[in-house]
Amino acid sequence: MINVALPKGRLGEKVYQMFAKAGFECPSILENNRKLIFENKEKNVRYFWVKPSDVSIYVERGAADIGVCGKDILLEYEPDIYEILDLNMGKCRMAVAAKKDFYDDTNKTLKVATKFANIAKKYYASKCRNIDIIKLNGSIELAPILELSDVIVDIVETGTTLRENNLEVFEEIVPISARLIVNKSSFKFKTAEIEKIASSLKEQVEAND
Amino acid sequence: MINERYLKNEERVIYTLRSLYDSYGYLPFTMSKFEEYELYVKNKDFLVSDGVITFTDTNGKLLALKPDVTLSIIKNGQDEKGVKQKVYYSENVYRISGSTRQFKEIMQTGLECIGDIDLYDVFEVVTLACASLEAISENYVVEISHLGVLSSLLDCASSNDEFKNAVMECIKQKNAHEIKKLCKEYGIKEDKANLLCSFVGIYGKADSVLKKLDELNVSDDFASSVNELKAIVALLDSTKYKDKIQLDFSIVNDMNYYNGIVFNGFIEGVCETVLFGGKYDGLLDKLGRQSKGIGFAIYIDLLEEMGGQSRSYDVDVLVLYDKTDAKTLSEVVASYISKGQSVTTQKEIPERIRYKELVDLRGGKIND
Repeated sequence: MINVALPKGRLGEKVYQMFAKAGFECPSILENNRKLIFENKEKNVRYFWVKPSDVSIYVERGAADIGVCGKDILLEYEPDIYEILDLNMGKCRMAVAAKKDFYDDTNKTLKVATKFANIAKKYYASKCRNIDIIKLNGSIELAPILELSDVIVDIVETGTTLRENNLEVFEEIVPISARLIVNKSSFKFKTAEIEKIASSLKEQVEAND
Repeated sequence: MINERYLKNEERVIYTLRSLYDSYGYLPFTMSKFEEYELYVKNKDFLVSDGVITFTDTNGKLLALKPDVTLSIIKNGQDEKGVKQKVYYSENVYRISGSTRQFKEIMQTGLECIGDIDLYDVFEVVTLACASLEAISENYVVEISHLGVLSSLLDCASSNDEFKNAVMECIKQKNAHEIKKLCKEYGIKEDKANLLCSFVGIYGKADSVLKKLDELNVSDDFASSVNELKAIVALLDSTKYKDKIQLDFSIVNDMNYYNGIVFNGFIEGVCETVLFGGKYDGLLDKLGRQSKGIGFAIYIDLLEEMGGQSRSYDVDVLVLYDKTDAKTLSEVVASYISKGQSVTTQKEIPERIRYKELVDLRGGKIND
């Protein structure tokens, strides 16, 4: 049985379609209900919906053999897993944003509001910049407006939220997209099934390019 | 006489492994829980986790709860030609766990072979790693890599250390797409970039992997590392562990300490790597020793995950009594114990207790 952790939401639904196309369909997943686990015994596969930022934990700890999650989560939590495919979906970028009139005074400690403390810490360490991280869990864009922070480090998709709040991207840190991740131990014992899924998904990604 | 019923899986494993290592002439090694912190500061990168739990002793010297066993074993010892020191251990190590920053006590069993080691010793240690996992479960895999193969491959692509470290990180994650991006970023020639990306896909049964490696014409260093790998695989081919062995180059250890053969072990049903091992001549060199060394450690704690050993009952028999005289009670208890059953005596049934049989002695007689 292959256990697959999918991120709740639009991305997860798209990814499920790719798995179904690869021959691992599970029609019950399309029913509109509140169930969390869906199984197709015939295809030897089980899917579950989890919070996107938790997918890597399910995979690292072996509750799921494989999963799909954003590169942002992998960079932030650095789980010990195999990252075997870039699905080229859910594309966005990790960026530093600030108010349009922001002036970066390098003589001062930079106050950075973010959900991604590890990514922010590493990025500014690579630039030898002294920062004060303010860990927030949501509405990051509010921080510079209320002068809680100088800048934010966050995911930027279209930039609409930033524009509407008079903020703009100052520096891009890294491009982000969804990745197929695998538990290291599962990879040793379910190699053939995992390779089958990965190669079919790879073909689909390449066909979409 | 040990009653198997009371032996936890981990305890049974440790006992079996002791006799296995002993039969190959490895001597037991017991060490102190504490070690001078300085030893770990000097060899920080050798440690698996960067968190060391420290405290000061009564003289103000900074000590650490030992986060690693190998360093304590190899820091002393004599280097003599033709001689080897072979030891095994079962020890707790103390680390700070990555994300939650909690203190963790981890039980490890393993062995070290230090001295004038040769191909046979490498073979013996890898064989013992296989035998150890076999003693735990029949569904296991030992994957072997050669760090020389990896480093010579990286050397042929670029001399930039930053690039090489980033690629190594990708190889560890079987991440070919990121290698492609890195090669573009660092201006690596297309043929070399393709070589690095395709290398990620080389893993599995030894025969097929070695065949693929032969097809790659990288460098003389690469070929000589492949030959070392072939020599060890040839020896393992004649053992019963042949089918359990795979080659996989995603094992990436710090090359300042490790060199040559490195290996990991997995057990079906345990989500993390259970066994870590490899040759660490670099570490010995840093400690000023001329010897070479190889060893491995098994994370015994992880075996709890295998399941199948949790108790479904707290006790076989619950004896309920009130004014029953102590003599009668003791006779009833003794009668069940002599039948090999476990007994608890209570005046009231404790909440949540699980028992197989209830014996009600209230009122001084056996009630139905």
